[in-house]
Amino acid sequence: MTVKTPIYMDGHATTPVDPRVVEAMLPYFTQVFGNAASRNHSFGWAAEEAVEKSRETIARAIGADPKEIVFTSGATESNNLAIKGVAEMYAEKGNHIITVVTEHKAVLDPCKRLSKQGFDVTYLGVQPNGLINLEELRAAFTDKTILVSIMTANNEIGVIQPMAEIGRMCAERDVLFHTDATQAVGKIPFDVQKLGVHLASFTAHKLYGPKGVGALYVRRRKPRVRVAPMLDGGGHERGMRSGTLNVASIVGFAKAVEIAVTEMPEETKRLQAMRDHLRKRLTTEIDHVHENGTPESKLPQSLNVSFEFVEGESLLMGIADVAVSSGSACTSASLEPSYVLKSLGIGDELAHSSLRFGIGRFNTMEEVDYIADKLVGVVARLREMSPLFEMHNEGVDLKTVQWSHH
Amino acid sequence: MAYGEKLLEHYENPRNVGSLDKKAKNVGTGIVGAPECGDVMKLQIQVNADGIIEDAKFKTFGCGSAIASSSLATEWLKGKTVDEAMEIKNTAIVEELSLPPIKIHCSVLAEDAIKAAIVDFKEKNGIPVDRETAGAH
Repeated sequence: MTVKTPIYMDGHATTPVDPRVVEAMLPYFTQVFGNAASRNHSFGWAAEEAVEKSRETIARAIGADPKEIVFTSGATESNNLAIKGVAEMYAEKGNHIITVVTEHKAVLDPCKRLSKQGFDVTYLGVQPNGLINLEELRAAFTDKTILVSIMTANNEIGVIQPMAEIGRMCAERDVLFHTDATQAVGKIPFDVQKLGVHLASFTAHKLYGPKGVGALYVRRRKPRVRVAPMLDGGGHERGMRSGTLNVASIVGFAKAVEIAVTEMPEETKRLQAMRDHLRKRLTTEIDHVHENGTPESKLPQSLNVSFEFVEGESLLMGIADVAVSSGSACTSASLEPSYVLKSLGIGDELAHSSLRFGIGRFNTMEEVDYIADKLVGVVARLREMSPLFEMHNEGVDLKTVQWSHH
Repeated sequence: MAYGEKLLEHYENPRNVGSLDKKAKNVGTGIVGAPECGDVMKLQIQVNADGIIEDAKFKTFGCGSAIASSSLATEWLKGKTVDEAMEIKNTAIVEELSLPPIKIHCSVLAEDAIKAAIVDFKEKNGIPVDRETAGAH
């Protein structure tokens, strides 16, 4: 097997920069290095031209107008700008925001801050399959609702929400619809017109672009959306986001988007084939494996599975030459198990036993087989060591056991 | 988590994985932790007529640190008397495995498992248990 280790299969965390993107960026470090806001000389004009060309490429890729793209430092900043910016701007219209428990912290934490400031936030739950219940959303609207923020595709389980339906509901009620599209742009077709989205956050480093640059789509027509800036000082990006633009990274961002859109049909087929093969091997060769999140509405390259009776970090150690992540508490900085998995209702034990695979452009089918081979062995070994597996084999219903907490 | 050599060694080659007959009178079984916490350790000791732990086995659901801590515990238990075993401190496990601060609780759980196994053995054999030393469960 000609597999080079370590293998990277954690595509939801980040992606390597495509060599074509690096090449596109290079002139902008030492040759076209001007400040895009320097209006009075050719260095600035050249930089500005590069930025505007990039802006157009990115806008077109998501069905937007270039004037509707605000460059930021990444999706976290875009989410903050969207949520806090709308809250501040529309505070007189209302103070109610609807979001979902499975959102990224970059959405949940701004909402938490806003509720401390007097905003009313509704956190919709999700069904065991990871999708929101549209009826619950319908019932959640009030006459004070100013914003709905629901991510297009989830970073942990890859589940894609019913975006068009949500967009319709928001339009009917004149409520702004923001989506964290970080895991969707570049992976699946994403068109703000078709989905009825008013604001969308996304970033370059999830689509083979550089880290440190992202964008916020802010609709200008029907309706004209306004966001209060979070950064003041110079008025860049039509006053919405001050700060000198990261020209080289913006150029890279656009190149990455262009490649993603052009190659999406073929790449999707390839990545999905790898994901499906991994899923097939794991579910047929290993017992007690549970896939998290509905396979019916999922990113083509995502797979999140729980291996009953074994814990995630020990699994990762067993496949130490493969880079993936886990929902286990032991692998998180907060020592909490994945809140996304918890909200599916799978139980903490299965959350601790999960692995997340994000297959990428540079992965191969050989790598998938290598990983599956290894996992079969590691899971078996860890189950031999597992008191939970032993109890299960003895016919004990683990749910009825009285555990002694420490 | 970038672990030290000794810990990795215990993970790759855990000592004394397995089970003893929990119904046997000379076997003490301790089960500590909970699946919700991501850590469950089962530790068993087999005590001979002279009060010496002649065998110890473990099974653990948990991270590398938890597995290594319980594996190390079984290694240390063998050959000790029951009273000597009660003296095993989690801090010694931390030092031996170079556990990072965030993983110290795994060593505490291993110490709890040892004590739970000893308490079980004593209770089965009518030996009085000093609840405080045992760190009552």
